[in-house]
Amino acid sequence: MSLTLINVLAAVIIAIAFVAANAAYLVWAERKGAGFIQRRPGPTENGPWGLLQPPVDGIKLMTKQLLIPGGVDKIIFVIAPVLAMFPSIVSFVTIPFSDTIVAHNINIGLLMIFVFGSMSAMAILMGGWSSRNKYSMISSVRAVSQAVAYEIPMLITAITVVMIAGSLDLMEIVHKQSGGFWHWNIWPFQKGLFNILMPASFLIFFICSLAETNRAPFDLGEAESELVAGYHTEYSSMGFGLFFMGEYANIVIGACLTTILFLGGWDCPFGLFPGVWWFIVKIYILIFTFIWIRWTFPRTTIYSLLNLSWKVLIPISLFNLLLTAGLLKVF
Amino acid sequence: MFRYFNDIFSGLWSLFIGLGITFQEFFKPKITIHYPHQSIKMTARYRGHIELIPGEEGQPLCVVCGMCEKACPSNCISIGGEKPEGSKKKVLTSYRLDFTTCSLCGSCVDSCNFGAIRFSKEYNLASTRKEDFHFDLLKRLEESKQ
Repeated sequence: MSLTLINVLAAVIIAIAFVAANAAYLVWAERKGAGFIQRRPGPTENGPWGLLQPPVDGIKLMTKQLLIPGGVDKIIFVIAPVLAMFPSIVSFVTIPFSDTIVAHNINIGLLMIFVFGSMSAMAILMGGWSSRNKYSMISSVRAVSQAVAYEIPMLITAITVVMIAGSLDLMEIVHKQSGGFWHWNIWPFQKGLFNILMPASFLIFFICSLAETNRAPFDLGEAESELVAGYHTEYSSMGFGLFFMGEYANIVIGACLTTILFLGGWDCPFGLFPGVWWFIVKIYILIFTFIWIRWTFPRTTIYSLLNLSWKVLIPISLFNLLLTAGLLKVF
Repeated sequence: MFRYFNDIFSGLWSLFIGLGITFQEFFKPKITIHYPHQSIKMTARYRGHIELIPGEEGQPLCVVCGMCEKACPSNCISIGGEKPEGSKKKVLTSYRLDFTTCSLCGSCVDSCNFGAIRFSKEYNLASTRKEDFHFDLLKRLEESKQ
């Protein structure tokens, strides 16, 4: 694949459009999903099935006044929402949708996504800290302790997969899993490696991506019943809008990453209709699960949240790492 | 050690059960009513403001005895009637209800010996002006006839 400037530019624009469209329409999907689970119809008024709701919401948010309250740390206050949205767009540049559809594949793609992924915790910290609001402050402290706690098991499970693939290149990781349903990393049937903890590993990664994106039941940063709206209490207009879109963009990133690392990327199960749509199907199934989980479970407390990470996820993922290393050495 | 793993597995299992329940709910028929487009029939014992019961030809059954006016503890009812020439009975000419002070106690309905008033099923009442709650029940009866 030749990487001319125009190719790269087109790919980047498509990536941005993809993120923005997803962020907008996931809000709609979220509301529809919530409605269906609670036996309501969800948004229906604007357009067929309420499909015009996201643009209408967007226009509403954009026309509102961007209010900067007195006493806030202005520079950080303004930078924070941008920092919430920007890393997720950048992460998309390196995510491969198929052998040919990728903006710019780099050989440390996974590392790059984790680097930019951890910046979203930074955005929350900056937003909460600069707001000069005790609720925002509590929220950002919670969000940081949560991000620190859940980044560790997430990285350890990612390292496990990297050891199996022998590469940080996302393309390479997917190629290693090619060959049908039972060759995906989620199953313990990798050639020369029968690690029965791989499903647990997938589960840990999935739980961590829930926690990293501050989704329910781990949305302690937002916790609207305790902390008003947490870190974005003081934000209005598109300041809030960017935080909101950033959250949904991060969900897409989390789903893409889980698909690439554990579900074989664009690899088709049982040789059925191979193509890029398998990647899309997989990420949307995962996103549906995100929504489904949000409307099923109540929010956890901060103690049980941290307990889950330090006492359960980290020991198991560490054990899995050692086991995988041992099995790779033996076979 | 056993308890540690038991907690993890039983906890995880309970989470999957919860997910199963919401997944089933996802496909069940919707039970909410789209209020402005659809509305439910009010229950039999619902108390809206009072209204006049139409007779066989749509005329009010009221004989202007004034019992409801006297029975009302908040003085929200004021009625007027006249006796046309050659007629034995009085005819109702106005029935005004000030709904702003009505407490829906039902004394007027109980006191009526002619079965001429009842509670309506009207619940779509909202306004920013006080005057909108001064009802002319006779006019309302005329409108309901059409």
